[in-house]
Amino acid sequence: MINWRTALLPPALAIIFAMLLSSVALLISGANPLEAFATMGAQLFHGNTAVSTVNLAIVYYLAGLAAAIGFQMNVFNIGVEGQYRFAAVVAAIVGAWMELPPVLHVIAILLVAMFSGALYALLPALLKVYRGVSEVITTIMLNSIVFGIVAFLINPEQFGVLHGNNLSTAEIAPSGRIPGIPLGEAGTLFGFIVIAGALGYGYWFMLTRTRFGFELKASGESKTAAAAGGVSAKKMTLAAMLLSGAVAGLVAMPELLGRDYVYAMTATQGYGFTGLAVALLGRNHPAGIAFGALLWAFLDRSAVSLESIGIPSEIATIMQGTIVLSVVVAYEIVRRADLAAEQRRVGRAGRNGQPAGVAEGGAV
Amino acid sequence: MRRKRGGALAAIAMAGVLAMAGCAKDSGGDGNQAAGDGGGGEPGSCVTNEAPAAPEGSATEKTTEHGDVDASDHKIGLAFDVGGRGDASFNDAAAAGVDRAVEDFGAEKGSESPAASTESEAAKEQRLRQMAEQGNNPIIAVGFAYAEAVGKVAPQYPDTEFALVDDNSVDEKNVTPLVFAEEEGSFLAGVAAAYKTSECQVGFVGGVKTPLIQKFQAGFQQGVEAAGGDNIEVKSEYLTPAGDISGFNDPAKANVKSKSMISQGSDVLFHAAGASGQGVFEAAAANDALAIGVDSDQYKQKTLADVKDVIVTSMLKKVDVAVYDYIAAVAEGDPDDLPKRFDLSVNGVGYSKSNPAIEDVTEELEGYKKAIVDGDIEVSDTPEG
Repeated sequence: MINWRTALLPPALAIIFAMLLSSVALLISGANPLEAFATMGAQLFHGNTAVSTVNLAIVYYLAGLAAAIGFQMNVFNIGVEGQYRFAAVVAAIVGAWMELPPVLHVIAILLVAMFSGALYALLPALLKVYRGVSEVITTIMLNSIVFGIVAFLINPEQFGVLHGNNLSTAEIAPSGRIPGIPLGEAGTLFGFIVIAGALGYGYWFMLTRTRFGFELKASGESKTAAAAGGVSAKKMTLAAMLLSGAVAGLVAMPELLGRDYVYAMTATQGYGFTGLAVALLGRNHPAGIAFGALLWAFLDRSAVSLESIGIPSEIATIMQGTIVLSVVVAYEIVRRADLAAEQRRVGRAGRNGQPAGVAEGGAV
Repeated sequence: MRRKRGGALAAIAMAGVLAMAGCAKDSGGDGNQAAGDGGGGEPGSCVTNEAPAAPEGSATEKTTEHGDVDASDHKIGLAFDVGGRGDASFNDAAAAGVDRAVEDFGAEKGSESPAASTESEAAKEQRLRQMAEQGNNPIIAVGFAYAEAVGKVAPQYPDTEFALVDDNSVDEKNVTPLVFAEEEGSFLAGVAAAYKTSECQVGFVGGVKTPLIQKFQAGFQQGVEAAGGDNIEVKSEYLTPAGDISGFNDPAKANVKSKSMISQGSDVLFHAAGASGQGVFEAAAANDALAIGVDSDQYKQKTLADVKDVIVTSMLKKVDVAVYDYIAAVAEGDPDDLPKRFDLSVNGVGYSKSNPAIEDVTEELEGYKKAIVDGDIEVSDTPEG
């Protein structure tokens, strides 16, 4: 049963609060908040901004899903960042080297990416399960190490190609690309949106309709209780971490297979960290994550459009920060308000002379 | 569950604090055992090869004069790389070129915006499109990171001129590349280092190990070798690997690396590390070594006034001149007349003479410069080994 008030009120409150706070920041810096918000809204109807916002949101969605899988099992996979970059560079190299017929080529690249992502998550997972090393520490370290790995692999002495002053992997042949969905003037939507949607559905199905999902959530809630029910927390931690890594491996794929076809030295970084925030915003729910990803992508795009009216783009960053912060606070407030309302209701029912029924929260 | 996540967050915070503490400890001062007390001799004693003859007459800089260019109907858009105005490096140089053009040619200053460090490719495209739609013309994109975005956006706005600093891989009618012969300027820096070292060992500190920065290293190595042969050793260090741009903005790390290079015997350090260069200069100042600046004349930079005495010279990469000339060329309607590459022969690169300490070797430097311009010396743009 979804309680709509508990689900929707907090994010709405958080967004309103973030808007208020950034209005203050805008006023202090001498800008007109209304003009700023109008520009942010108007950008969507301008050129291909709307489509490129959705494209960016697809990437954020994948990163958010990857983080959320870990969160479900109470594993804080900060390593999404390292996992996706490692997977991207490996998949780009293997993808450019492989010669396969069209559809197979894409599937092979995606499998390589998922496998590489999971591989990069394997070490922290093993250390956590068998030695109790915090995955937070190990994944942060691996995030840092990935810089060196990428730099090494795209060096011309290994697999890199130099064009101009930039270094990248070799180009993936047309058979390995995912065609976009052309929307005319508005731009081209990444074809990957279909795969991302399917993944979101798969995630929802796994969590709510399978035994594995139930066990995952159960041992996330309480390891001891789950163990008493015959669920091995070790196995679940390992599975959650590897699944999270595999999905993280796909994060760079929409851009790699749908736009760039190479992984370059200048490729965008930081998607993994955004994924953490997006998963938090979406409360690990597939629809919530989609909403969070869209919101985040919209704010990122706003940063550039704000430049056009002379407002520092950092305002968008301030909004992103305050939204995450206030979402956490808002959920807690709404939860407590719900709890209090529940208690009052039960109390009222009690005063009427009859004991509250089980459905009303009374004792059996 | 909530409590555990709090624990995780606390752990992150702790990790951050520890990392910072580590850095702070690293930058603490020590190690005066460096240059000076070694066995070395006088500056210049390490040079084994004679310099080519300097050109007759004085070494006057010929600068192109743009008499009465009128650019008043041009609005100049400037899309910065990460850092933007105030990076004391090439973004600032580009901005300086635009500022001068605004003043001299009456051009209108249009949009100006820096890139965010983690922004995606699409954001760069959006920025360029936005500038084009606001009527900016020409639009100057600073840094090769813009190459792909310019390549995509320029064909959509055929009536707008684009300039792309540091990249010539885009082949469009309305895109003008502004690229430099970094290795030629760095060659002269290498010659200067060879004449200034007394320990017969010099060092190169690169910001990020990218092909572009390796050109500086390559030129420097060849310059040192041209003057000192095998007698002078060149040590090269990079702050971060390709892809991690933090190396251009990490003076503390540069400081530590420089100190260790000095304590291993290098007494002249050439940096190509953007804002990290400050750390190199401070290390040199604290340990009786010398340093060579990069991009602009760092001896004159206000932020470096405390350590300017160690900056014997700077390798100049005149992004400002290129941008200025480009705007003039656009106003006159022919940006194709610009040099294909801003090298020594057109004074697109060079070295600075503002520090009197360089005066005793300018004759030799001019000699090498002439040899390069005449084609007697060819400088390769990839480092050996």
